Formats: sequence, structure tokens, C-alpha cells
Amino acid sequence: MVRKIVTRLLTGLLVLWLAASAAFVAIHALPGRIEDVLAGDLSYPGLRESIAAQWGLDHSLPWQYGRFLLRLAHGDLGISFVMQQPVLAVLGSQLWPTVQLAAAAGVLAIVLALVVATSTAGFSGGAGAWASRIASTLELAFTSTPVFWLGMLLLIAFSFHWRLFPVSGAAGWCALVLPAVTLALPTAGVLSQVMREALETTLDKPFVMTVRARGVSEAALRVRHVLRHALLPVVTLGGWLIGGLLGGAVITEKMFGRPGIGSVTLAAVTSQDVPVVLAVVLLAAFVHVVMSTLLDVAYLFIDPRLRNS
Amino acid sequence: MSDLPLSPVSPIARPGWASRVPVPVLLAAAFLAVLAFSMAFPRVVTPYDPLVSDVAHAMQPPDATHWFGTDRIGRDVFSRVIYGARYSLLIGLSSMIVSLLVGLVLGVTAGLGRRAVDEGASRVFDVLSAFPPVLLSLFVVTFLGQGIVNMAVAVGIAGIPKFGRVLRSQTLGVRRADYVTHAVTFGMSRARVFVRHILPNVLAAVPVIATIDIGSAIIAVSALSFLGLGPQPPTPEWGVMLAEGRDVLRVAWWPSVFPGMAITLTVMAFSLIGKFLARVYGVRTR
Repeated sequence: MVRKIVTRLLTGLLVLWLAASAAFVAIHALPGRIEDVLAGDLSYPGLRESIAAQWGLDHSLPWQYGRFLLRLAHGDLGISFVMQQPVLAVLGSQLWPTVQLAAAAGVLAIVLALVVATSTAGFSGGAGAWASRIASTLELAFTSTPVFWLGMLLLIAFSFHWRLFPVSGAAGWCALVLPAVTLALPTAGVLSQVMREALETTLDKPFVMTVRARGVSEAALRVRHVLRHALLPVVTLGGWLIGGLLGGAVITEKMFGRPGIGSVTLAAVTSQDVPVVLAVVLLAAFVHVVMSTLLDVAYLFIDPRLRNS
Repeated sequence: MSDLPLSPVSPIARPGWASRVPVPVLLAAAFLAVLAFSMAFPRVVTPYDPLVSDVAHAMQPPDATHWFGTDRIGRDVFSRVIYGARYSLLIGLSSMIVSLLVGLVLGVTAGLGRRAVDEGASRVFDVLSAFPPVLLSLFVVTFLGQGIVNMAVAVGIAGIPKFGRVLRSQTLGVRRADYVTHAVTFGMSRARVFVRHILPNVLAAVPVIATIDIGSAIIAVSALSFLGLGPQPPTPEWGVMLAEGRDVLRVAWWPSVFPGMAITLTVMAFSLIGKFLARVYGVRTR
């Protein structure tokens, strides 16, 4: 058990270190001098000198690499070329709206998927079969829908037609509803598909028949017995969920004109503000790896079957 | 020997297969056939040029002459959706091919190599999938610059781990199959076993995996286009059309609803067919 946890934590660290190194290598592998690669089409007096100083370009490559890792470990993500401020400060000021959006969408997606999959999976006849069919069609439709289009449909219906929610901005919880729903539905579709599959496998297990024979109601059977067996494949999707929410936030924020990390990133991509993009990508990888490592470790505690496998 | 099937006979090969294919899959196939025809012969399907504007008839809602209405400068939306299929599908296809080729090489190497090689390739997949796909693509575009080709490459790179992992497990499965053990036992050379037995059986799974995953490539491509990082207006690409439609959303729903519907239906059709094929041929997709 302890060994498993330690191995998992070390793998997580390894992936983080490799991800940072990959970014370093990617930058150095591009043709041209690093100052030019990093500066792109930007140019103002002192830019190249400041890049050279920040990256330690007058030192040897291993020294630069060590310094790069050390800076990252200290949370020093460099200075934005365009905004001339530390990247961390730029991102920090925009963090809250994105966290709100991603958290709201994540919770909504999980709740939706839980409710829909648990109440409709695995029925083979009658109304249940129809509910199951309708639910899986909806899941397919939502997993196939680009988030930005979904956002537009919601805007057309709820902002322009019924005027229930504001079109853009981030003022108040009202402005959060449509972006969160937009981001949540495609995510919920995937989660619900995976959950349905796992529930159907579990519902075929012999213990289910035993529980049924005891006269336990269908609802209690599903919620109390089947669900906990079926949750493992869903929990392994935790990392994917975080990645999807962060990536989707970029598009959703652009769609609804919301401030946030996504908008900052997009602006940085268009203006080739490398330190900002690099920082966002590495931070996202960090959050992603830490979350999925923690989930895996947590699952060792929750599911005794995994400890010995 | 010759009448022993090497792989399970699929229901497709049996007579009356059409009755065994579920109706949604048939509908999906029909939709893709119509789409393919319109891509090949757009002029047969629509009389309007997707780029010619007719300001006198701008922002017309859908009617008998303009099935999907007209956009801000009077271009026919139906005709733009039809011509747009070429851009969206071909860019999606090319980026999927990028992921597929790199994923195939890495996945097969990992599946066949020693433990260290396998570990190494698997860490490559771990690292690539540590970055959220959209952000990884944005990162690549920042360095390569914007444009259709760079965008396709960027989306392709983000798709590598998915293909790599599936093809690795496919290779591992084939490598442990009885026919491979037999071939080795009977003294067939390693190279010959690889070319004759392992590679064909790994490649057999590729069309199925590709059909399932091209949908996510199409969505990713349209997303980057929507963000303005790929093809530029007036290109009738679906993501670009959606970005243009967003600007007039308040007054007109049709310039954005129809291209989005085209993306969703196309992606749904591919994934329905792909999942059906995976079930029929017993290909593991995760």
C-alpha cells in the first residue's frame, strides 16, 4: 500500500519534471536563436536583452536548464513580454473568474452525469429502456457538440429570446449560469457515457441479483450498491475532467466575453507573449498531474481491491 | 487449415448484414455519404458561390431560395456550409493523420520493445496528455505561428497520446496472440513475424480507431478556427463561420446555427459508425 502510494507520487513528479523539460526542449529545438524564437514578431528596445538575462543565455545549456527548473520550482514564471509584469501577477489577477467557471461547470457535469446515468442505465424493457435510449442519444449529441456552438444556442434561447441571462461579462452569479452550463454539458456527456457503461457491467454481476432477491428497491440498489462499484472508471477520468474544463474554459470565456485565464491565454497566443502561454500550459499540467495523482492515491484508500492488485 | 478462420467472422460478412446494422448507424452512414457527395460536387448541390456577396439580400432568414438564409454580406449560408465541409473535414483528417502516424510508430515500438522502451514511450504519452489538449494546441500555435497547416499540426500533436496508448495495447495483444507464438516456434524470423503477422493485425484496428477519433479532431480544429488561429475569413470553414455568426447572433440565428449543426451531425455520425465497427470487430478503444 505504502509502496503503491510512493510509486504513484514519484510517477506524478516524474511526469511534471518531464513536462517542464519538454517545454524547455521544445523552445530550444526550434530553429533560430532563442531570443528570436521567444520574441517572435515582438520587438521593443531591451526585449532581447531582458530575454537573455531571464533565460541566462550567456551561460551553458545545462546551466540554463537547471536555472529554468529552479525558477519554476520557486514559482517564478517570468515576465510577460507584452504587459511587462510578472506572469504570476497577471494570471493571479485573472484566476478567480476561471476557477468559478471551471468549478461550477465541473460540479454541474458530475451531478448531471450521476443523476442521468444512475437513473437510466441498464434497463432492458418498458419505459426504462426508452429513458435509457433517450439518455444515451443525448449523451452522444452533447459529446459531439462543440462548446462554442452550444454556447451560441443557449445565448439565442436564454439571452436574446427570453432575456433571462446577460449576454456577456462576469458580474454576479447570473452571468455565470450560461457559461457554466455550456462548459458542463459536453463534459457531462462523456462522464455519463463512461458511467453508464460501468453501471451496466456492474448490474450484470451476481451480487446484484442477491441484493434484488432481498427485496431492496431498484433505487436503493442502484444508489447504495451498484454506484460504488461503478465509480472507479469515472474517478480515473478525474484528470481528463480537469484538463477538459481548463481547455474548455478558454473557448467558453472567449464565447461569452468573460474575463479569466482563458482570455489572457488567448490574447497571449495571438500576441506571441511566450512567457504567459508557457506559464499557463505548465500550470495546467501541474494542476492536472497533481489532481490525478491525488485521485489515484485516494482511490487506494476507498477501494480495498486495488491495494493488492 | 484453409477453412479455419484466423479472426472471428464478423456479422458484416454474413448475408443479410443490412438488417443487423442498427438504424442510427445506417442513418449516420447515409449522412456521411451525402456529405461526401456534396464535398466532391458542391456545384451540383448548390448554385451559389460561397464567397460572392449580395448585399441587397443580406441577413435573409431561411426560405426556399436560400435554405439556410444569408449572412451579414449576403452570402448563401447553405452554400458556405457545403463548401466548408471541404476545409473542416480535410483539416480534421490531416491533423488526425499526424496523431495517427506518430501514435502508431510510438505505440508499436512501445508494444514490441523491451520494458525500458515501453516505459519511455508511455512516459511520452503521459507528458503529452498532462497538458490539456486545447492548451497544448495553443502552445504549439504560439511557436509555429497561426495558419491552416500549423493549426492542423498543433491539433495533431495533442492527439498523439490517445492513438499511441490504444495502438500500444493493440500491439501488446497481438504480440501475445497464439498465431505469433506459433510463428516464432516454427522458426519464422523476427522481422518476418513482424511484417506478416504483427503489423497487419495492428493496422487492422486503425480504421476503427480513426473513425471514432476523427470527430474530436474535427471539433478541436473548428475550435481553434473559431478562436481565429486557423483559416481566416472569408474562408467558408465551419469554425470561422461560427465566429462570424457570433457577431450577428443578436439579430440572426441562422449564420451560426447551421454550421454548428453541420459539425455536430458530422461528429455524431463518425462516432456512431466508429463505435459500431469497434463492437463488430472487437477492437478495444480505450
